[in-house]
Parts: sequence; C-alpha cells; structure tokens
Amino acid sequence: MTARLPDTLPITRGCPYAPPDEHRRLQQEAPISRVTLPSGMTVWALTRHEDIRTMLTDPRFSSDRRNPNFPLLLEGQRLNTDFVPSLIGMDPPEHGPARREVVGEFTVKRMAALRPRIQEIVDEHIDAMLAGPRPTDLVKALSLPVPSLVICELLGVPYDDHDFFQARSSLLLSRTASPEERKRAVDELREYLGELILAKERVPADDLLSRRLAKSDDHEELKSLAFLLLVAGHETTANMISLGTMTFLERPEDIRTIHEDPSRTLPAVEELLRYFTIAEIATSRVAVDDTEIGGVPIRAGEGVVALSNTANRDPETFDRPDELDLERGARNHLAFGFGAHQCLGQNLARMELQIVFDTLFRRIPGLRPAVPLDTLPFKDDANVYGIHEFPVTW
Amino acid sequence: MRIVANTDVCVGAGQCVLTDSAVFDQDDDGTVAVLIENPEGQRLDGAREAVTLCPSRALSLVED
Ligand code: HEM
Ligand code: SF4
Repeated sequence: MTARLPDTLPITRGCPYAPPDEHRRLQQEAPISRVTLPSGMTVWALTRHEDIRTMLTDPRFSSDRRNPNFPLLLEGQRLNTDFVPSLIGMDPPEHGPARREVVGEFTVKRMAALRPRIQEIVDEHIDAMLAGPRPTDLVKALSLPVPSLVICELLGVPYDDHDFFQARSSLLLSRTASPEERKRAVDELREYLGELILAKERVPADDLLSRRLAKSDDHEELKSLAFLLLVAGHETTANMISLGTMTFLERPEDIRTIHEDPSRTLPAVEELLRYFTIAEIATSRVAVDDTEIGGVPIRAGEGVVALSNTANRDPETFDRPDELDLERGARNHLAFGFGAHQCLGQNLARMELQIVFDTLFRRIPGLRPAVPLDTLPFKDDANVYGIHEFPVTW
Repeated sequence: MRIVANTDVCVGAGQCVLTDSAVFDQDDDGTVAVLIENPEGQRLDGAREAVTLCPSRALSLVED
C-alpha cells in the first residue's frame, strides 16, 4: 500500500486541535503502512482504532525500549539504559507480576481517598495565583506544580522537601534547561528518592513507598518505580491541564455547563483526553515474532508506531470524530493506551483534571488568555504534546 | 448472561469499576472482583460496555 506522502512522516501537529494531515491521509489511503520517522528509522504506522487495539493486546509486540529496533521519533532519544527497566518497558512474563505489585495503589477506591488532599493542593495554588501578579503563566502556577505535588503525596515525600522535589522535577521538563542541567536534576532526584526509601524503611508511614517496602527490599527497583511515576504522571497531566483550560476558555458555554452540573466534568475530561491524545508515542512497540495486523504481515524486528491521535478520530469508531463534544464521554479512546500497559495512573489523572477544571473556573470566573491563543508555544516537537507557556489573566 | 473475569490477565486499570461500580469492584491488589455475576437490564448494558473497554480483555459474557 502506498500513499502520496513525504519521504519522512512529519510528526508536528501544527493545529493543536487536529492530527497532522499526513496522518489522516494514511488513515484514509494506507492505514497500515511503512513510514520513515524523522529519526531515520523505517517502521509500520497504524492509524485505525481496531488495529491499534489488536497490536497492543498481542504479546508478540514488545515494549522493551532497549531493543535497537524500538521506534524512536528523533535521533538521540534512546533512553539511558543504566536504570533498572521500569514497568513501562517490561514484557511478559515480567510485566504482569510487576504491575500487580503496584496496581493496588491506583484502584478507583484508593484514588477517591486522595481526593480531599488533591483538592487542597489545587486550592492552595489558586490562592497563590489570586494573590500574585497578573498576567501569570498557568503552566508554572498550576499545570506543573499540581501533578508533581500529587506524586509527592502518593510517594510520601515530606512537606519540607516539596520545594526541592518540585524544582528538580520541573527542570526535567524545562525547555530552557541545558542537557547538563537536566542530567543533574535526574541524578539529584534519583539520589533523593534513594534516601527517601531508606528513610521510609526506618520509619514507615501511610504511603506507597512504605507499603512496597513492607513486601520487598529491592531498593533499585523501587527507585525506578518512583522515578517512573514522576516521569509518567507529571508532564502528561500538566499538559492536559493546560490544553483543557485553553479549550474551556474558548467555550464559555461549556464552562457554564460544568459549573451548573459538575457531573458533566468527567465526561468532558474524557473527551479532552480523546481530542488531544497527547502521548501517542508511548504506545510504540517492536515485533519480536512474526505476526500480522489487519491481514498485513509484520516481521520480527520491525518497529510499529500507533498514531493514536488519528485513530481517536477513526470514523469507524467515533461518530462525528472531529467534533469536540464534551458530553460524549466515551472511554474507548486510546489516550491512555490499551492492553496490559494501559496507563496505571489513569484514574488519578482523571481525578486531577476533574478537580482542576471544577475549581479553576469557579474560583476565577474572569479567567482569560493574556495573549491570542494562536500565538501560544505548543510542544510541537516533544514526545508528549502540550503547551510550554500559557499566560493568563482575570 | 454471566460475567466471567479472568483475574490472571486483569491489569487493574479499573475501567470496569468506572463503568458500573455496583457490578465490578477491585480488591486491594487492584484485581477485578465481580459483584453481580448475572446482571440484568441496564446493568447488563454496562457489563457489555465494560467487556469492550477492558484493556486486557479479561472480561467476557457467557450464556449459561
Ligand atoms: C493525562 C495524563 C496521562 C496520560 C495521557 C497518560 C498516558 C499514558 C499512556 C498512553 C500509557 C501507555 C504506555 C504504553 O503503552 O507503553 C501510560 C502508561 C503509564 N502511565 Fe500514564 N498517562 C497519564 C497520567 C499518568 C499518571 C498521573 C501516572 C502516575 C502517577 C501515570 C503512570 C503511568 C505508568 C506507571 C504507566 C506504565 C504502565 C505499564 O507499563 O504497565 N500516568 N500512560
Ligand atoms: S477493566 Fe479489565 S483490566 Fe481493568 S480492572 Fe477491570 S477487568 Fe481488570
């Protein structure tokens, strides 16, 4: 199958509200096809919802990021392999037991128990916004600190260390930090997490690390897990806070809707997740055995990228796929992936977003963008789509 | 129709609980626990939805 496509598949979105045209053309003309990524790697691109679900539930596709054929978008992205591989890079038979050890920390019920504390965190940051200067950058004031503090809460980082943790975790994501600064932040965070684990071993408390320590004394593995939770749960949620706020600010009638009936917020969150599908590249895989998808043979050693943002607009699966319908509430989207690796933190993310949108527009009813939205710096070149900076005022 | 849950493949994503927490629950380890084995009416519709949403394909509905 061939489509009239540029030699290299563009990965930049351009319009924040739509997948790249080239990805759409693939879906229409060659839904399973060989493409060359900007990294120079040639891989399979999947664009149909059902094909991606099939791929992500087929154990012949591996998540092992150390495999040299694992798709990379850009050159130089191969992960530092010194770390103990974390959950996200594991395959069966290791993945299942490893996931089972932590998934009890993320049940719908346990997440509900975190709600009051998350509400407090959100309120404190909105208090600070209201007391501070206008305009302010929503990303720094709210989007980034809220998920990072929620992870502190989960891991049991003591209050006095929050500033340290927060500063390092935002350096990891900073566009202006140099590679050396970023590496130093990673080292300092890992060292900190190592010390935190030792402290929890001495004085256990009511948190994830203490509970894990009661069952295992593998500190390296625990450190990797803690770091993964930070990396996987921080920027993703932050970007959805920014993108969701931007979208709501363009649709005052939807702000009114969730204000009058807060039961509408969760379906809205779900639709925003579908509409932006910010982390599609996380669901790349590499075939470790010959197999086939939708009748197309895929050989061992071939990489596969799931273009989930486009698949989340698959007309076979979603009616009026390009319409942002905040009442749709469909959870069969691929924004959290599918299969055994489907986002561990999804119910935490849903709750964080729900609380932020419910609280932000209620407490700052006059909130508005301080610059035209089409001038916002979107993360067009990043693995996780989002907004670098979002000046707002009220 | 009876709900069958394969607890060996469940990855604890909780999609089923979100669909209907009267029919599905998660135990302390995050694994699915079926509360109503033979759902009817609206509950059955919810169970059907959970079957398609479950990311690990751990759920199925069988005719007895
Ligand atoms: C809106 C926010 C989020 C989005 C869009 C998102 C997206 C994703 C996606 C697409 C995957 C699948 C990766 C794969 O198939 O390999 C994933 C996995 C994962 N996510 Fe999230 N995520 C979000 C928030 C969070 C949060 C808040 C946490 C935890 C605090 C978290 C922790 C994880 C972990 C640990 C995995 C790996 C699970 C495994 O491999 O079994 N995520 N996420
Ligand atoms: S949706 Fe599936 S994987 Fe998730 S808890 Fe329910 S049965 Fe388990």
